Amino acid sequence: MKATLDHLIAPLVRGNPVTLHILGICSALAVTTSLSTALTMSAALTFVLIPSSVAISAIRHHIPTSIRLIVQITIIASFVIVMDMFLKAFAFEMSKTLSVFVGLIVTNCLVLGRAEAFARHQPVWPSFLDALGNGLGYSLVLVIVGTIRELLGTGGLLGMPVLPLVENGGWFQPLSLMQLAPSAFFIVGFLVWVMRIWRTDQIEAPEFRILNKDEVGRQ
Amino acid sequence: MANLNPFVWWKRFLALPNDNLTKTFAFAFLVALIASVFVSLSAVLLKPYYEANLKAERQEQMARMVSLLPGMADLLAEAGTDGLDVQIIDLKTGAFVPGIDPAEFDQRAAAKDPKTSTTLLSEVDVAGIKQRADFAPVYILRRKGVLELVVLPVRGVGYQSMLYAYLALKPDGITIAGLTVFEHGETPGIGARVENPDWRALWPGKLLADENGDIRISVVRGQATNPYEVDGISGATRTGNGVTNMLQFWLGNDGFGPFLDRLRAGGV
Repeated sequence: MKATLDHLIAPLVRGNPVTLHILGICSALAVTTSLSTALTMSAALTFVLIPSSVAISAIRHHIPTSIRLIVQITIIASFVIVMDMFLKAFAFEMSKTLSVFVGLIVTNCLVLGRAEAFARHQPVWPSFLDALGNGLGYSLVLVIVGTIRELLGTGGLLGMPVLPLVENGGWFQPLSLMQLAPSAFFIVGFLVWVMRIWRTDQIEAPEFRILNKDEVGRQ
Repeated sequence: MANLNPFVWWKRFLALPNDNLTKTFAFAFLVALIASVFVSLSAVLLKPYYEANLKAERQEQMARMVSLLPGMADLLAEAGTDGLDVQIIDLKTGAFVPGIDPAEFDQRAAAKDPKTSTTLLSEVDVAGIKQRADFAPVYILRRKGVLELVVLPVRGVGYQSMLYAYLALKPDGITIAGLTVFEHGETPGIGARVENPDWRALWPGKLLADENGDIRISVVRGQATNPYEVDGISGATRTGNGVTNMLQFWLGNDGFGPFLDRLRAGGV
């Protein structure tokens, strides 16, 4: 039982798909200018990830090896299209803000990554938990990044003023850099760094070694 | 003898090895079929919601555009309506013209272009506008789906300038709900009082035509004596005459007359 639950808990922080596997970075940069878009994107991704993982897991014994990826992408894409239409029907304003990024969940490495790495080999129930855990882990990072960016970039959260702005006589000068994509790189990078200080086993071995001055030219 | 039981066939199909060519093709076909049915089904089910959203958005844009029109915001606030619709009509027939985006239609530009306008003969051109666009926007306001107001854009020469105004009518097509002159160059302090709220307040409830359908509305000198008359502005007789002429023209057959006939017949 504990092992099953671990599928759910592990990806939340320890094996977080964004900070450990560096998956789903594209949308983490694009939709985190405000907390509300980050929340909607998180929900959209989670609700795509769960049914696709479950569906792929359910037919895992019969997926023909030669068209494995195509089958997985077809299933994921169907759920993404439906999710996109669902947002357009019931959260129209939000779907305009997220625009193309909901459609791009298809290419979000996180979804295909979990299908390939997990759901393809595991029974339905663990796949469901794994998808839920990864969805929530992704959401956690998006919410952190979205909160920092909106708070420091606009002085508010969810559109509500939190910090007193200079233009209203307060002391807080919004950092417009936070509303630009590079700030998300900084924050995600910072999160990865914090994670690896805490869990040193996640530090990858360097692929290259920088030569000393006296070693140069000898090889 | 071949077994025709589909379950047996299905089991035999699933038992095929995963790299079998037949199974690969059949599997691809099945996945594609199920996925497309799923997507099309949701598309059909969710389409009405999406279209309602699109329509609401378009209406909101229109409302924003209209509320930016000077003077219109006051009319809307007074009427307190929720649904607003802009339609383009053909002045000759009074019928709605589909296929023209009201947001794109510029009545003043259309009036200058000979292709989209009609030159008025001097005997019908009581308002002194010379060229009249063939199409005109009308603003239709509904409250809870019930026709509440019809707002017509009108213009005409006053004492020394062109007056631009909105005339708001009740759904009966006879009773005036308001007149707002939003653009003019009349003498400050005299003719310019056409935009005075006190004078504007005289208009609601006035009748523009009598039982025979004759256009009777006019701005008179001094005090009004019947529901077809509006008090004049002292010192601004010619501006008042300009307003009278403007309404005479735009409510007549060369203006919104055909449209008003439709409105009175309940065809809007």
